[in-house]
Amino acid sequence: MPQPERQGPDAATAPPAIEMIGISKRFKTVVANRQANLTVNEREIHAVVGENGAGKSTLMNILYGLYRQDEGEVRVFGQKVEDHGPTNAVRLGIGMVHQHFMLVPPFSVIENIILGIEESAGPFLDPSRIARQVVELGDRYGLKVDLEAKVQTLPVSMEQRVEILKVLVRGARVLILDEPTAVLTPQEVEEFFKVLRTLRDQGSTIILITHKLKEIKAISDRLTVMREGTTVATAATGDVSREEIAQLMVGRPVRFAVEKKDRPPGEVRLVAKNVGYTSAGRRLLDGVDLSICSGEILGLAGVAGNGQTELVQGFTGLIQGLEGSIELDGRDLSGLSVRERIELGLGHIAEDRLKHALVPDYSIEDNFALGLHHRPPCTSLGRLMRSAIRAQAERLIGEYDVRPPLPELPARQLSGGNQQKVVIGRECSREPRCLIAALPTRGVDIGAIEFIHQRLVGLRDRGVAILLVSTELSEILSLSDRIAVIYRGKILKTLHAAEATESVLGLAMAGVA
Amino acid sequence: MNETLWVVLAYTMVGATPLVLAGLGGVFAERSGVINIGLEGFMLFGAFFSALVAAKTGRPVLALLVSTALLAVVGLVFALFTVTLKANQVVSGVALNMLASGLTLFLSQVFFDRRRSFSLPDEAKLDFRFFVVLALILVPLCTVLLDKTRFGLRLRAVGENPKAADTAGVSVPTYRYLGLVISGILAGLAGSFLPFYCGSFAKNMTAGRGFIALAALIFGRWRPAGVLSAALVFGLADALQTTLLSNLIPSQFAMMVPYVVTVVILAGFIGRAVPPASLGIPYEKESR
Repeated sequence: MPQPERQGPDAATAPPAIEMIGISKRFKTVVANRQANLTVNEREIHAVVGENGAGKSTLMNILYGLYRQDEGEVRVFGQKVEDHGPTNAVRLGIGMVHQHFMLVPPFSVIENIILGIEESAGPFLDPSRIARQVVELGDRYGLKVDLEAKVQTLPVSMEQRVEILKVLVRGARVLILDEPTAVLTPQEVEEFFKVLRTLRDQGSTIILITHKLKEIKAISDRLTVMREGTTVATAATGDVSREEIAQLMVGRPVRFAVEKKDRPPGEVRLVAKNVGYTSAGRRLLDGVDLSICSGEILGLAGVAGNGQTELVQGFTGLIQGLEGSIELDGRDLSGLSVRERIELGLGHIAEDRLKHALVPDYSIEDNFALGLHHRPPCTSLGRLMRSAIRAQAERLIGEYDVRPPLPELPARQLSGGNQQKVVIGRECSREPRCLIAALPTRGVDIGAIEFIHQRLVGLRDRGVAILLVSTELSEILSLSDRIAVIYRGKILKTLHAAEATESVLGLAMAGVA
Repeated sequence: MNETLWVVLAYTMVGATPLVLAGLGGVFAERSGVINIGLEGFMLFGAFFSALVAAKTGRPVLALLVSTALLAVVGLVFALFTVTLKANQVVSGVALNMLASGLTLFLSQVFFDRRRSFSLPDEAKLDFRFFVVLALILVPLCTVLLDKTRFGLRLRAVGENPKAADTAGVSVPTYRYLGLVISGILAGLAGSFLPFYCGSFAKNMTAGRGFIALAALIFGRWRPAGVLSAALVFGLADALQTTLLSNLIPSQFAMMVPYVVTVVILAGFIGRAVPPASLGIPYEKESR
């Protein structure tokens, strides 16, 4: 339980909530943490930031007792921690909300909360006391949730509430939140931040693992930056700029604004006329008209789930039987298979790369070959040419800076950013005439975002027509030549980038034309 | 007519009882996340051990106790392979079935002068109605155990999302071991029913009932009450075969009826049944 008000003279002299001193951790040959130091004061929101693979998760797992450090010391509220483990962490008042929620979907909310700390009356479960406590906590922190609802019926933001309540019921005073906003819509993020502030104001300490700069600035009091397994800086959030944080994370200056020369668009490449789609009785696309020219990036803005997925899958042939017409270079695409569309020059960066773009258990080189595998040089007389596939992979790995540069490594083991580089490398190597880029920087760290943005602009400058689907307004605004806003399956507005501002787009995204 | 009805009903209960007991065994294994293809083998072991001890000592209750203890051990061994050693659960189950088939035949020949079957003397028999009543009592008992107790909550959690259970401080291996031990005991009891009902043990006398119990488990959506209903359907098919159909159609076809019903029902329902989410997946703590 969070402590009651504890302001006053002793607050200044009180030991920090968390001190991690000189932490090192090796997994076999890989050094995950190297002399990392972290100090988190009581009652602050402390962001631990860094790129994927910077060692944030390892450090937090050590704090939570899931891993044991090779060197270094952990202190919780001034007390040195010995013989650490998750159970011990809970006893010390540390709770962790994992990035992938630890919930049992068919169980009710209350069953999920009591799991592991069940109380019984006679032989039977008796959740009533804990249920009262949960309701109380829910009122106090604005975390209301229906205790009897099955978790599998809840939206993600509600699942997150359940996770936080689980941690609070167990008496956590220090909450570790691992990438908590990754699954939330912008509105939900706002709501969530409100909860975090309330928690802090009522005495909790919060450690927020993230790589989203905007959120770090919005919510954290102090931050610690990690790079290559160690902590490189700690500062009050107000004292550092976004650019400085990014530079610390990446280790070199990062340009946010993409350099993009004005360029007159060429001939029209992709035209969609009056496209409609209904599935399971729901009208998902309704009278969509779009056209994209050579050398132009058309940004499709919108809150996730307004028909973007269906539109992209309709263009690429993953969904067949759309109403209306879709033409590429004047050729009607309806009825054409995915491969036929690819051969006509349609490239696709899928929004869910692990589902639609990569075979995660295939090697990097095989993933590069996918879709090119059936023709020379990858195949000769029906036989895969391993040496040609290898050569192609090595060329693309170099060109797209995939790390680690090991062609035989399963794609699953790459970071999100490097997986995306494989996808983009493959799609671009086919020299597409039109590229559908759906959420190209989703779950990708800032170094890779910069790289991907440059590549997209590079393609545009070479005359490719690009449809950029994104839920990040900043991305849409910095890359697009023209912007269309989709709302409930309709294109509500199309405008030139020069006329677009965040507020205009934001209103249209909410359905106000 | 009325008499025929009673006969059919009686045969239905006889046919359903081993399926209920074994199916309940399946519930505990599979709700904890371990596929139990080995129900058939557990049953055969149960049939053999209880028949062996009963025939040799003439004390049926002792036979049942010894058999139950031995089946708990078989459950432990199965857990050792599937939980601790993370062997493929289906393959392990198939291996258990083959082991049971071979070992019971071998031991039968060792203990009974190279015979492949042996009968129980009269004083060694246990009234089979005991099993019928036991099965009917166990269904609500298991339902309550699964739905209303700490043990049940944890067992189900381990089968649905072991990682969530683990981070909540619930030991995944412990509950999977417990699930399999209970599974072994219940399936063993299902097996014990057979020699006491028939008055003898014969090689491979389970004759696929373990698999039909597995079907009842799926058809019954991994719930005790569902298992009971499914077992009654199969039991009815069995009863119709023995009582009515054999007079109408050639017995070879009549004997196929329960199995055909199994196939038809599974084909019709399996798609709609949702198994425990982590069924068949050995649990590995995250490691890098």
